[in-house]
Amino acid sequence: MMIEALIAVALVGALVTFVAPNRIAGKLAFAISLVPAALSLWLFAAFDGSGNALLDGELAFESQAAWLEIGNHSISWFVGLDGISLPLVVLTTILCTLAIVSSWTPIDDRESQFYGLILFIEANLIGVFSALDFFLWFVFWEAVLIPMYLLIGIWGGPRRKYAAIKFFVYTNVASLVMFGSFIMLVFGLGDSVTSFALPEIASAMVNGGPEGLFGLGGTTLASVVFIGMFLGFAVKVPIVPFHTWLPDAHVEAPTPASILLAGVLLKMGTYALLRFNFTMFPNQVETYAIPIAAIAVISVIYGAMLALAQTDLKRIVAYSSVSSMGYVILGLVAYTQFGVGGATFQMVSHGLISGLMFMAVGVIYNATHTRMVTDMSGMADRMPIAVGILIAGAFGYMGLPLMSGFYGEFTIFFGTFGSELLDYSPLFTAAAMFGIVIVAGYLLFALQRAVFGPYRLETDYEVGRAPMHDVASMVVLLGLIILLGVAPDLIFDMITDAVDPIIRGGL
Amino acid sequence: MAVLELPDWMALAPALILAGTALVLFLIDSIDPHSTNRTLLSGTAIVGSLSSLAVAVWYTAAGVGATGIENYGVIDVMNGQFVVDQLALYFMIIISVVTALVTVASHDYLRDHTYQAEYYSLVVLAATGMSMMAASNSLVTIFIALELTSLPSYALVAILKDNRGSVEAGLKYFLIGALSSAIFVYGVSLVYGATGSLQLEAIATEVEVIAENAGTADEMGGLLGLGILMLIGGIAFKTASVPFHFWAPEAYEGAPAPISAFLSSASKAAGFVLAFRVFTTAFPVGATADIIGVDWTLAFAILAIVTMTLGNFAAATQENVKRMLAYSSIGHAGYVLIGLAALSAEGGELVMGAAMMHLLVYGFMNTGAFLFVGLAEHWGVGRTFEDYNGLAERAPFACGAMAIFMFSLAGVPPFGGFWSKYLLYTETINAAADNTILLALAAALVINSALSLYYYSRLVKALWIEEPLLDRDRLAQPTGLYAAIVAAAVMTVVILPAFGPIADAALEAAAAVVA
Repeated sequence: MMIEALIAVALVGALVTFVAPNRIAGKLAFAISLVPAALSLWLFAAFDGSGNALLDGELAFESQAAWLEIGNHSISWFVGLDGISLPLVVLTTILCTLAIVSSWTPIDDRESQFYGLILFIEANLIGVFSALDFFLWFVFWEAVLIPMYLLIGIWGGPRRKYAAIKFFVYTNVASLVMFGSFIMLVFGLGDSVTSFALPEIASAMVNGGPEGLFGLGGTTLASVVFIGMFLGFAVKVPIVPFHTWLPDAHVEAPTPASILLAGVLLKMGTYALLRFNFTMFPNQVETYAIPIAAIAVISVIYGAMLALAQTDLKRIVAYSSVSSMGYVILGLVAYTQFGVGGATFQMVSHGLISGLMFMAVGVIYNATHTRMVTDMSGMADRMPIAVGILIAGAFGYMGLPLMSGFYGEFTIFFGTFGSELLDYSPLFTAAAMFGIVIVAGYLLFALQRAVFGPYRLETDYEVGRAPMHDVASMVVLLGLIILLGVAPDLIFDMITDAVDPIIRGGL
Repeated sequence: MAVLELPDWMALAPALILAGTALVLFLIDSIDPHSTNRTLLSGTAIVGSLSSLAVAVWYTAAGVGATGIENYGVIDVMNGQFVVDQLALYFMIIISVVTALVTVASHDYLRDHTYQAEYYSLVVLAATGMSMMAASNSLVTIFIALELTSLPSYALVAILKDNRGSVEAGLKYFLIGALSSAIFVYGVSLVYGATGSLQLEAIATEVEVIAENAGTADEMGGLLGLGILMLIGGIAFKTASVPFHFWAPEAYEGAPAPISAFLSSASKAAGFVLAFRVFTTAFPVGATADIIGVDWTLAFAILAIVTMTLGNFAAATQENVKRMLAYSSIGHAGYVLIGLAALSAEGGELVMGAAMMHLLVYGFMNTGAFLFVGLAEHWGVGRTFEDYNGLAERAPFACGAMAIFMFSLAGVPPFGGFWSKYLLYTETINAAADNTILLALAAALVINSALSLYYYSRLVKALWIEEPLLDRDRLAQPTGLYAAIVAAAVMTVVILPAFGPIADAALEAAAAVVA
């Protein structure tokens, strides 16, 4: 019942915060969010499970209760964690707490609604990562959209309405495509599945696959579903060419929403790709390995190039997510222990690093009211600690050893280079590795202009040091990044346990 | 063994309670004419509709109308002129729920209104007619119930006598209503001419006799076919389906908002139960097709696609919130029509059950949405999307509820509307194995739902995201309207845990009628 407790605390907390007076909402939400954070750490400490939740293996904290019968298929409340989902749940709870702290300064309007929505998102994100029934999962998946739409639309920047609608329409259409594909699959599987439980569907897929539907043969149907779901998730990730909603959403979103968007929401896409496409369709992964790897490499390079062309600090960080997520896709399609494991590790690592970057950019923006690299100069003089952390985060992005980014990217490259499934894998690896050069290029370029040199920002307000609570939350993130960089086995072991059955099942 | 044997006519109690309530209201009015004791009047109406609801739920739970249980089962009243089965009780529940919500909300909406008692008694009387429709089992009783519903409805639409829009809408509604009543009753006479019966089972028997006796097929075929077509016309009017949908946007816009809610939810549900009953009982698909040469489900398939597409496209272009809701309600009629279109296919009864489930969820979400418009009218904020800008700052709870209604109507999970549309979709796909036309219907359902998200989210955007046009003072918080809206919102969400059993009840009820 621990997972239910996590979700329930966040959900009830959301309601309580929603009706609380504006004055205390921020502190109240923080206090409430400490409970799921502590609980999830306890889950982490008490984790005892091996294998993959969908294939074979022991589930931790599992609970299942019958819910609905629709047609010939039953839907149940079915949650549980394995080595892939647990780190993401911990990431969610920690990032939500820190996002709440980092909203204390910038959010000064309708606070209770703001913090209520953040807690509501937290509850649904935990649900997304722990649900093991397709419908339950889909409910959580969609329920994340509405609060994020409102967060961008109400508290965002000048073009917030455009960005919010674009975000909503893009991701909702993608969900529809994905939903339709998956339902086709379940119907196509015929009598071999009687429920929407993901483990049951995954094992039906590995032991035979669909019979066919409406004249489509089994293999064709599987391919159609694979492509449909891939497109659906690709928008969420996002990968080129479905990435255009992301910079708009990121730039217009308020800092805390950006943190959650980059830190956790993008991981929903890669997590779902891993759980559905790469776990359930080993044959299709093999068939479409080359195009997927090509898309991944294009995302890496193109995303980095786009970032290179930006002058808005937040936009730079936003585009860099496109390129980081490209690494994740590349690791997944490699289909090796280090490839898929590294991709999962990179999800967590990128969540921490991009969260830190957005936080630092937000802190600088709060102080200077500008995000333009061209306007800033010598920020290091005025806010040494915040800027120091920003630089540390940038190094994490570039993959400095002993930080989590290094381990994630290194394992992905290592895994991809030796991939048997992906033809020309050394070529793809080399091309993707070139991305690191561009990443280093745009980050150093931006830092050099914004941070170093003489201070020359002319403002009629005092640009001073960052508030303590912002610094504290950034330090927590930086600590986690270094912790995972020094001791990646903290989570990599459990990830490998969960990843192994996928690779064995597939090949 | 039942401890207490109730007479058969007591099976109609949910409808009779409503009739009694209407009479009590008349009595109150005659003792104290022009009474402005709103609490007494609306209280009576609320108690009446809730008692009707309670009895209908009790009957359902006790197994009245359920097939296959000893001592219970379908109850025929007045030699089969009325029939109380699961289908009838299911719709009586929908109707009394909507009536209760509407009467609660009217308590505040009708402040300072001159015709309090008349208003409530007309509402309850119309509800009586709708409940009767749910149980009618003969073309005569159907017609009487239909008129019992329609006549109060005309008056209710026009009850804001000082408002030109209201009076004009009432007149329009009345004229089109009278025309479609005439068409319907002419259809009844043609069916009678072809089969010699008015009672639905008797018509079915006669249809099958004619079908076997192929010699008379040609002459009867045209007559019966024309009759059926005219019946469809009458039903299309009541359910606001194409081609008799023109009155709906006008009437909903002009009518007081609670009445718009009432007409678009309860009256539509009543129209559909009529359609379900008549077409499943009286016109067996195979035999009827043999006589007239065309399968009548085809007509419904075409109507469904045209209705949902037209409704949604028209809704997307509206500037006025109430008109948008009116057109969207036409779109939803299109979704429910799939239930009739699927009846010729294997598994069609399940599609019909899913359509009934959608009507139940729709009863909450659509009523709630119109009541929110009523709340906005109560505040006097205006009618267009722009006028609704930024209301959430002043009234976060009502606007939160409205966001739930909008997302639910659009079919976004986790709200009730998603589940009922999903049920409808899967059952249609299942039945499509037998009749491929249904694939097109399922596709149209999905595409239209996706499209509808555009205009529903536009209202959410106006409420929550746009800046208000002018600074508003504190908005009043009328208890009745708030209670009704919040109750509808809670039901739209809370129906989820209980979705399984309720959907099963709908599917069983549908299966029992079709079988």
